[in-house]
Amino acid sequence: MRYLPHTPDDIDAMLRTIGAASIDALFQSIPDALRLKGPLALPPACSEPELWRALQGLAEQNATPQRWASFLGGGSYRHFIPAVVWQLVSRGEFLTPYTPYQPELSQGTLQAIFEYQSMMCELFGLDIANASTYDLSTGIVEAVFMAQRITRRSEYCVMQNVHPEIRAVTRTIVGLNPAAQATLVPYTRAGTVDLAALQCVLRPTCSACVVQYPSFFGTIEDLRPIADAVHAAGALLIVAVPDPIAMGLIEAPGTMGADIVVAEGQALGNPTSYGGPYVGIFATRTAYVRQMPGRLTGVTSDVLGRRSFVLTLTTREQHIRRERATSNLCTNQQLCALATTIYTAWLGKEGFRRLARINWEKAEYAREELTRLAGVRATFSAPTFHECVITLPCPAASLLAALQEDRIFGGIALSRWYDDLPNALLVCVTEENTREEIDRFVAAVERHIRG
Amino acid sequence: MMGQPVPQRVSPTTQPHRGVEGEAPAALPLEGATRAPPIAEKPVTKHPPEVPMTPGSTGLVLEEPLLCELSRPGRQSCSLPHANDVPTRAPEATLPAALLRQTPAALPEISEADLVRHFTRLSSWNYCKDAGFFPLGSCTMKHNPRTNEAVAALPGFAYLHPYQDSGTAQGALALIAALEEALKAISGMEAISTCPAAGSHGELTGLMVIRAYLQDRGDPRSRVLIPDSAHGTNPASAAICGYRVTQIPSGPDGLLEPSTVANAMSDDVAAIMVTNPNTLGIFERNIREICDIVHARGGLVYCDGANLNALMGIAQIGEMGVDVMHFNLHKTFTTPHGGGGPGAGPIGVRQPLAPYLPIPRVVKTAAGYGWDASAPKSIGRIKAFYGNFGMLVRAYTYIREMGAPGLRHASEYAVLNANYIRAQLTASYHLPYATPALHECVLTDKWQQPGGVKTLDIAKRLMDYGFHPPTIYFPLLVAGAMMIEPTETESKESCDQFIAAMRAIAKEAQHTPATLTEAPHHTFRRRLDEVMAARSPILTWHQLKG
Repeated sequence: MRYLPHTPDDIDAMLRTIGAASIDALFQSIPDALRLKGPLALPPACSEPELWRALQGLAEQNATPQRWASFLGGGSYRHFIPAVVWQLVSRGEFLTPYTPYQPELSQGTLQAIFEYQSMMCELFGLDIANASTYDLSTGIVEAVFMAQRITRRSEYCVMQNVHPEIRAVTRTIVGLNPAAQATLVPYTRAGTVDLAALQCVLRPTCSACVVQYPSFFGTIEDLRPIADAVHAAGALLIVAVPDPIAMGLIEAPGTMGADIVVAEGQALGNPTSYGGPYVGIFATRTAYVRQMPGRLTGVTSDVLGRRSFVLTLTTREQHIRRERATSNLCTNQQLCALATTIYTAWLGKEGFRRLARINWEKAEYAREELTRLAGVRATFSAPTFHECVITLPCPAASLLAALQEDRIFGGIALSRWYDDLPNALLVCVTEENTREEIDRFVAAVERHIRG
Repeated sequence: MMGQPVPQRVSPTTQPHRGVEGEAPAALPLEGATRAPPIAEKPVTKHPPEVPMTPGSTGLVLEEPLLCELSRPGRQSCSLPHANDVPTRAPEATLPAALLRQTPAALPEISEADLVRHFTRLSSWNYCKDAGFFPLGSCTMKHNPRTNEAVAALPGFAYLHPYQDSGTAQGALALIAALEEALKAISGMEAISTCPAAGSHGELTGLMVIRAYLQDRGDPRSRVLIPDSAHGTNPASAAICGYRVTQIPSGPDGLLEPSTVANAMSDDVAAIMVTNPNTLGIFERNIREICDIVHARGGLVYCDGANLNALMGIAQIGEMGVDVMHFNLHKTFTTPHGGGGPGAGPIGVRQPLAPYLPIPRVVKTAAGYGWDASAPKSIGRIKAFYGNFGMLVRAYTYIREMGAPGLRHASEYAVLNANYIRAQLTASYHLPYATPALHECVLTDKWQQPGGVKTLDIAKRLMDYGFHPPTIYFPLLVAGAMMIEPTETESKESCDQFIAAMRAIAKEAQHTPATLTEAPHHTFRRRLDEVMAARSPILTWHQLKG
């Protein structure tokens, strides 16, 4: 067994030193009645070649965008991942250490977290960022908790054009507190926040307002009027960003008045990986630092006065404050955050803008081509980034089933979450979709809606 | 989760330590980490070298600035198409000016060669499991097989989209279903959810399942009992779930006593959270009696599975009377710790609790595997999509490689290593609990304290010898705790090296305590001023420049 180095001689010598007659004797503290009598019911052990056959067999049963044209988005995005990212992330020095609790032995991870925190603040226009939360959905939960602590209020409101699964997760966890009532704010015909409706529900008991930017429908809007309304009510504006690449084109939410931004970092260098592991980017204003969940890395110096990095303000955290901690977060998503760090540095200042522009142009092209088809129209009128909703002359789910015959993942049918949008299809286009692929998609849609 | 040293003020006037030469063990080169090592003094080895007393040594370590300091206008790493293959268009023409970003993010401008060098140099400042012994108690730092990484990177796993039709992801669903079966077999639990992203997320989810079950029974309760030896995440998770936490003391032999539980138990207690083996490495031998006491008063039993590495193939937590548990796939099942995640924290429950598990759940029908989000009694969604799938792939790969005998041997050798180290160190360090322990052992600084040496100093000095320190100052009920978990993937020689270092340090503590209190001497950075970092936090480049 390649992971177990013990030889019979080693075992004998070690048992002699311990003074135990057998390995079994080491387990005498477990009452006999609790001891397992037979072997575990597991498949037989595999050698590495056998293992590869078994797992490759499973992997090959899955359709991937290498053979399928994919226009799937909805919170998980396929962007090009340069070779350099995972070559570096996979170094054992990054892959196999523990959380950097011993800073003298962890300066590499700590400086990388500091750089991650710095770049995420630049991207989202805020002052500080933590070392990451599990993902966007759980990050929003943490953000609402944080707003509740800051405002000492319990209720919150959430826009109906926020990703339905984010809303569901928030309802499940924040809703554990019966006082944390959630109010759903409708969207307009443009696909944007209904500001008048929002103003009606911004009561003095409201701790926070959660908006998504771009929204689940892909729409973008000026957040300033929303921020003004929310702040006037003494609440905090929490902004969920599903794909940070948009920050290369549209204004940063921090600049527009957001108090807390939680972004899904998956799009920055992490594969879609069937929904996880992803990485929740969590940024806010300096004033709120002591209410932040999760780990923070700060600058200090060693006894020789050299610049160094260390986890700081840890008295917020569970291992010190236990039930009074700002969060139960312990393990975060460091490796994914590292991929995000390297990817963001790889794109750099110009690359970020350029990539955002490429995404937007391709999505604009796809939307124009799709809405040129008879019976197909853009569902919402607001501008979009790289996702948009189109209304079809037939149920979106049936079109998607038909498109699978052409090896096309045509997007996401919104009827799953929105009863009033039976024919609506959420289409995402990134730099990974070629024009040829888009044209083939449009032609297939035309064929199926005619047929 | 633990291991955080008590914040320590380091005097800024401390002089660079140059006096350790001649005091350190022979295997340690004696120059500071950032100065050039002596060249002429290196002995020429004529015979194959024996395993050195400890692996500690220093070599050339390169300094590296921040990315923002390396940045020069006009440089770039990225390689993107020069021309888009669709018509170019001006955002200004379509998008309202208020939506367009006015100032581009101040991201670094750096060539790919410099990018690679930057992160390679940073990586060289990390101590990692690949490089050496990493005996962090309760963290189970075992070898991370590279096969797992390669399998998870297969396009058929890595490039799956969570919203692709489940008919096109049958292999992924079959893998999740098979992992659920394996976790059931290992634990004896009756239903599994792989949704939670980490151990503490699993704790929260498990407590929510308990809460929903009790509410459904018309018996909502308000308190959770947690032993004083528990991980900090236990009370933090209970608090989020809306429970008041009642801490209960361990007995004199480090065990939870049934009478203590019986006294604390009332009709208001929803659950007790136990860790078995507990954080002292001791098997809670009264677990079944404790479960009976809690069940008799209508409560449920949660087991923190952080220490499952002691029990695989030996005993099943589900057979002990436990109702809900979580698994740490990044501990027991070799998915890499990654410097702080990602992990995965599936939970297992007994059948009566299964209807309350989070959605979605994998189901098998005549048409194949699919996702079911319809469970009416479910607590709901606890994370977008389906959990940390990539980590599930790695854990499943490991379980398939090991099989039943392999997992049992892993637990056996993990316990053998811990007991071996304990037997070899109890002459040098105080053992607070003589009760037999399994996969980890807890020692303290009690015998070193009179000489002015604390656990933190011992931990820092271990670094000079080439080891990561154990978890320190945890569990909280042991003053000056050092919690050592070697894991099964360490050989006898590697345990021997660690033992030799610990013994040498115990001697130094007697004769040259300053060697410890000023340690580490040979790391890339010496002891840090953690108080300064917290007093006026600098958390970004911007704040550093400002």
